[in-house]
Amino acid sequence: MFDISMNALMAQLLVGLINGCFYALLSMGLAIIFGLLNIINFAHGAQFMVAAFLAWMGFAQLPLLLGPEFKINFWLALILAPLIVGGLGILLEKTLLKRLYHLDHLYGLLLTFGIALMLEGAFRHFYGISGLNYDPPELLRGGIDLDFMFLPTYRAFVVVFSLAICFITWYLFERTKLGALLRAGTENAKLLQAFGVNIPLMITLTYGFGVALAGVAGVMAAPIMQVNPLMGANLLNIVFAVVVIGGLGSILGAIFTGLALGLVEGLTKVFYPEAATVVVFVVMALVLLTRPAGMFGKEK
Amino acid sequence: MKLTHIAACIASCLAFGAHAQVSDNVVKIGVLNDLSGVYSDLSGQGSVIAARLAIEEMGGKVLGAPIELIFADHQNKPDVAANLARTWFDQEKVDMTTDFPTASTALAVMEIAKQKNRVTMPSAGLATAILGERCNALTAQWTTNTYALAAGTARALVKEGKKSFYFVTADYTFGHSLEKDATEVINHDGGKVLGVSRHPFPGGDFSSYLLKAQASKADVIALANAGNDTINAIKQANEYGITRKQVVAPLLAYISDIHSIGLEKAQGMYLSEAFYWDFDDKSRAWSRKFFEKAKRMPTSAQAGVYSATLSYLKAIEAAKTDEAGAVMAQLRKMTINDAVIRNGKLRADGALVHDMLLLEVKKPSESKEPWDYYKVKAVLKGEDVYPAPNPACAINKS
Repeated sequence: MFDISMNALMAQLLVGLINGCFYALLSMGLAIIFGLLNIINFAHGAQFMVAAFLAWMGFAQLPLLLGPEFKINFWLALILAPLIVGGLGILLEKTLLKRLYHLDHLYGLLLTFGIALMLEGAFRHFYGISGLNYDPPELLRGGIDLDFMFLPTYRAFVVVFSLAICFITWYLFERTKLGALLRAGTENAKLLQAFGVNIPLMITLTYGFGVALAGVAGVMAAPIMQVNPLMGANLLNIVFAVVVIGGLGSILGAIFTGLALGLVEGLTKVFYPEAATVVVFVVMALVLLTRPAGMFGKEK
Repeated sequence: MKLTHIAACIASCLAFGAHAQVSDNVVKIGVLNDLSGVYSDLSGQGSVIAARLAIEEMGGKVLGAPIELIFADHQNKPDVAANLARTWFDQEKVDMTTDFPTASTALAVMEIAKQKNRVTMPSAGLATAILGERCNALTAQWTTNTYALAAGTARALVKEGKKSFYFVTADYTFGHSLEKDATEVINHDGGKVLGVSRHPFPGGDFSSYLLKAQASKADVIALANAGNDTINAIKQANEYGITRKQVVAPLLAYISDIHSIGLEKAQGMYLSEAFYWDFDDKSRAWSRKFFEKAKRMPTSAQAGVYSATLSYLKAIEAAKTDEAGAVMAQLRKMTINDAVIRNGKLRADGALVHDMLLLEVKKPSESKEPWDYYKVKAVLKGEDVYPAPNPACAINKS
């Protein structure tokens, strides 16, 4: 069982890190939304999926509809799809979510869960379940022959790009004036509003930003997984565990836990793959037993 | 005048007489499958269309009684399937149920159908467990099973000198069944299994397993999973450049899966199927009819629903009754040759032993039209690829 070479182990850790990047991106979005809105955004997986579909549509369908000059390539999609999904998120917040803030968490959860099911159902109706193929951009095809493994260039890009996004987001929230306002809003929104800060606008934009992060992850996942209506739902279970382990609302917690759990899951896949999904929840149970607020969360 | 009178009387008496042998004056087919989940592309509405085509072919009537169709979503859950089946048998007068893309649902419904004296004909339900301990005389596993699929592909690969295998297996009944059946064939034919990774279902990212499979240096990476898992595994094997040195062999791949992956990535793979639309004139003619309605070519599971329904109705016609035992006896007497199944003989334990196809996925340059995906490498005789009767099945003991 443990007869595995150092090289193979390195390769597996790297693979774990790649998955961890997706967990980090997705759970960071969830953490940001929960922090300020107190909404558990169950639509996160569906929003991730919609962005992947938008990338595919821009590449495969738009040129058929409007002519070849309208083909949206990967790089453009990486900007446009998160903007569109984020915009839709803002619409959702403005029309529906904001009516729920004074109610229990459960209502926000139910609403977003319902929206996720509707989105998945709609895409399944039009595109079926087998999924659509989306290739990495020309520039990132092929791979790098590291000594211990063949690393697809695209996966290397995923690691670098997600870590960059994670860092920028962390910096934005923890080191800038805007971030300070956002954090203050998390602590006590009423007081901050009394100081003349436009809290409703801040909340709307934060939700849009969190959703856009899911969009970025979705576009990045499209060349790795088949684009299919359930791609987000499958990931979301694990991502929620990541958020809980990291501590609800903690950005740094989400990033570190996402990466760490990617590694833990990767190692489990090597030694006992049957437990690959379960291990995340075992870790969650252990963390909750010892630190009920999560690794990086503050008890209130 | 008198003569016509008598003739009319005889005709009506005959019609009435025939009618009387159909219970509830209706023959009702129930398609129970996944209409919304992971198997909805390979079965789903397409199977309903296929059943409808079979009913149309019979002229909508058998022994003078109308044929009706009912369908529902079992959500791949055995308890949901069992509840639906109970309602269908007790209130809806359903005589035969078919499809079942998850074998556990078929196993649940078989049991109830037996108690209520109804026929079960799994098409997409492939686990050999259906022919095992829980087998019964009113079940016919129509389209194929995991053993026949695994045997066809594994045997062909071993014969070509690809003797060592690494399995990437979905960690549930169906995946285990595929892995076990393939292993049996591989060991028997002089190949060997170097390792297994059993992944949770659904699998998502397959990099870890693929890297392990790569490190094992096995000739063949056999995928004992289905649907999106198979698709993602093949896609990612391409990404890691694994397909250049090792053969990736899906033990179960429907044409809908290949359609989704695209020929670019799937080319050169071997797979076994019970049915391919472009096999002969009969299969092409029927498939084009299906295509008009469904806008996709039929998968073997969907085509199997057509064949099962048609054969069931023909057996009723020949047996002159829709009583389950008599229909099954009639089915066992028949040789099934239709647009889908070739040289099919229904065995006592419920296995429909028939010729299978060994297929190779075409290169993009070889494909002339959409859905033109396979080269037929060989037609495999039923008796060579179907498993021997399982001694655990009580029918095989007597």
